Amino acid sequence: MERAAPRLVRAQPLLRMADVSKRYGDVVALEHVSAEVYPGEVLGIVGESGSGKSTLLRMMNLEELPDEGRYSLDLPGVPEHLFAMDGYARRMLRARHIGIVYQNPHLGLLMKNSSSGNVAERLLVAGERRFSVLREKAKQSLEASEFPLERMDAPPIELSGGMQQRVQLAKAIALEPAVLLLDEPTTGLDVSVQALVLDTLKRLQRERRITMVIVSHDLGVIRTMADRVMVMRRGRVVEAGLVDQVFQDPQAAYTQALVHAKL
Amino acid sequence: MSLDTLTRPWKAFSYGFLDASAKREMRRKILKAIAVPGCQMPYASREVPIARGWGTGGLQATLTLVNPGSVVKVIDQGADDSVNAASIRRFIARVSGAATTLDTVQATIIQSRHRVPEEKLRADQVLVLQVPNPEPLRPVEPNMSVARQMHADADYGRMWLQLYEQIVRSGRVMQGASYPSLVNGRHVMTPSPIPRWDVPKLNMAKHLTILSAGREKRLFAVPPFTRVEPLVFDDVPYRVEDHAGLTCHRSGARGVFMNEIPQEDGTSLHEVSDSQLGVKLLNGEAPGEMWYRDGVFRP
Repeated sequence: MERAAPRLVRAQPLLRMADVSKRYGDVVALEHVSAEVYPGEVLGIVGESGSGKSTLLRMMNLEELPDEGRYSLDLPGVPEHLFAMDGYARRMLRARHIGIVYQNPHLGLLMKNSSSGNVAERLLVAGERRFSVLREKAKQSLEASEFPLERMDAPPIELSGGMQQRVQLAKAIALEPAVLLLDEPTTGLDVSVQALVLDTLKRLQRERRITMVIVSHDLGVIRTMADRVMVMRRGRVVEAGLVDQVFQDPQAAYTQALVHAKL
Repeated sequence: MSLDTLTRPWKAFSYGFLDASAKREMRRKILKAIAVPGCQMPYASREVPIARGWGTGGLQATLTLVNPGSVVKVIDQGADDSVNAASIRRFIARVSGAATTLDTVQATIIQSRHRVPEEKLRADQVLVLQVPNPEPLRPVEPNMSVARQMHADADYGRMWLQLYEQIVRSGRVMQGASYPSLVNGRHVMTPSPIPRWDVPKLNMAKHLTILSAGREKRLFAVPPFTRVEPLVFDDVPYRVEDHAGLTCHRSGARGVFMNEIPQEDGTSLHEVSDSQLGVKLLNGEAPGEMWYRDGVFRP
């Protein structure tokens, strides 16, 4: 498999989560989970259903708060303890600095609005009020996501799953976010479309050096996309390391089972 | 001292129909609404003897404000003589003893559905607008809890998205009435279904405007000298209806908002929407100072 050369990264992590725990009643969703993502890096999170990977991603997107733990983004003017911010500040920070692509496009898109309008919404939240600029930037973002521009005003509800994911991606990158979060971005797509979406993501990562966190239960996706991987089970991190290292020489029994089951 | 001197004779209903506690609540909510222009205030919305959706919100506000010295005018889509306007006017006069008028200039309280009169309102006049749907975010956010949060955050991006979609689909802004407007630079309101023509009349106006939705149990206000700015893109200016060149077939008036009357031969005639203005012009009376001159808004 063709892989990009290892990227040089800064010593200071861009995203840092420390000791995050979350319970839903008796169910432990996350238990003392820590994660760091460096600028320009792609962190993959794998694990079975219910392992806590999507909960962790929602926390990175500040949609959900933990019972305990800290979260910081190394960006100018951003407070150190993001979970302590009020709801408004969290929403504004999310709108300006974090992009997300959901597994289910219904969560990320206004299905009856135009595709370009979906991208424009992101720019409107940031205060852009010129129609011509909204139009142009929406076009640029859709183009970067390899979305066919002749369909830019079609509502996502009329588009295929792959096209909907491209609209989500265009929306997520419209404001050039500091971190792009991807929650199972290719699940439910057929293999050929999956490959096309992954190619687009790889190209964007290569060209724009976007810091990404990608959650998937598909080890192939993680292998293709990520620099480092975090394996989760029952709310805990069972193993973390460079992708090649973890997949070629898994240490934890669960990771071994996962890798061998896949292979 | 006898009991008679301390009590009043029994009456079938309180002055102005609403009981004292209802009016007290309305007054408090109106004051709150004036204090935070454009912000929707919930209120109990009592039963009044007209059906919900027929102006119960406006009627409750009027009944709270009215006193024996008031002069009340009621209009329905610009007309003083529609059944609804006439019934409400008669009811207010009956329960309050207030005088009624058809003349905008003479009125102290003007209750209206869907129009702001063409003659300029003064500082001593109050405009009460009946509102069917007070929530401007409803078309873009059906969950009202989320909509309230969006108001709190002044998160109005989707209102512009609605305009964006209209321009993309139709080449222009299609919002004809209830044009979303930013009040005092903070809250977006729907200025009841008044046409675009009437929205500039609320901006920095001398009069107080109270907008009340009885069915939805919410009221909001535009105090005098408050900014009311229709939401627009920086490069797509706000436009009122293109009525400047139309002529009223009855009064010969030009440069005011017109009703279109389709004819059997496929053509249309137009007549002044503000019916009493049309009557004044037909009678050769001089109208009061107008918001628009020659079809151009003159603040």
